[in-house]
Amino acid sequence: MKARIYVTLKPSVLDPQGKAIHHAVETIGFRAIQDVRQGKYFEVTLDGALSRDEARAEVERMARDVLANPVIEEYRVELDSNSDA
Amino acid sequence: MARFSKELEHAMKFGVVVFPGSNCDHDTYHVISKVIGQPVDFIWHRESAVGEYDAIILPGGFSYGDYLRTGAIARFSPVMGAVKAFASRGGLVLGICNGFQILCEAGLLPGALMRNASLKFICGHINIRVETDDTPFTSRCRKGDVLSVPIAHGDGNYFCDSATLAELQRENRVIFRYSDANGAITEAANPNGSLDNIAGICNRPRNVLGLMPHPERASEELLGSSDGRVVFYSLADTLAELAKAS
Repeated sequence: MKARIYVTLKPSVLDPQGKAIHHAVETIGFRAIQDVRQGKYFEVTLDGALSRDEARAEVERMARDVLANPVIEEYRVELDSNSDA
Repeated sequence: MARFSKELEHAMKFGVVVFPGSNCDHDTYHVISKVIGQPVDFIWHRESAVGEYDAIILPGGFSYGDYLRTGAIARFSPVMGAVKAFASRGGLVLGICNGFQILCEAGLLPGALMRNASLKFICGHINIRVETDDTPFTSRCRKGDVLSVPIAHGDGNYFCDSATLAELQRENRVIFRYSDANGAITEAANPNGSLDNIAGICNRPRNVLGLMPHPERASEELLGSSDGRVVFYSLADTLAELAKAS
């Protein structure tokens, strides 16, 4: 089973990297971009014997304890809809 | 700096932790052994005990390549379990630069060090103002002293939520702030965007301190400034007093 984890800065935290990217794309002509926030993306492969609930619990724990720093970041977990994948 | 005594009465044993990617471990070792003349060992990150030491220093560098986040992987090193236990017993722990980042990731200090506001790696001498002499790491300073010390980091932008900041200020736990040469706290003197110009903080019991500047790189006149050695002398003084009292 596969899971995808998105780690992003909390909305209240300034993102200078996102701002720099925003500024750069504006400079080269992207007029419609109103804001850019940069984050991290992880693809995780899990033991196929786990149930969906077990898999979600495992990935949530990993995201909370390791992948995201709760002081500045939040995370979102997606499990593949096809659990045989 | 007339307050430095030539010799300390008791020999204290310092431990400098070495993570894969630490690069200020030898500088720190040199200052402890040659400048302040105290016994010091390197502690490999796989060690699971640090009990024989009087003070532990987490040096600067790029532990584990700073993968994921600065300090994020180092905090899972076996030695960090021992450092946490040591700190909870009241042991003195100093984190410099990457060491500060590791202490925050490990939860021994509040907040986080984010990418510099300029997005640039900054390397150069700056000034910090000592906000209190009420820590084992600044006991030889006077409140308001300005120290010229170098910084060298890409992620030194201190951040915490407003409740934590209020708590740090209320409990007098902001120990160093970026200032100009006269000790004025200004935006221009803030090199990295840190909240409230914070350069260093301590924990509530005041035995764990983290700072982004490198006092070990400013402990000998030959290197342009010896202002930083006051931190190590303070530490050694505190340990000597603790030894006398026990």
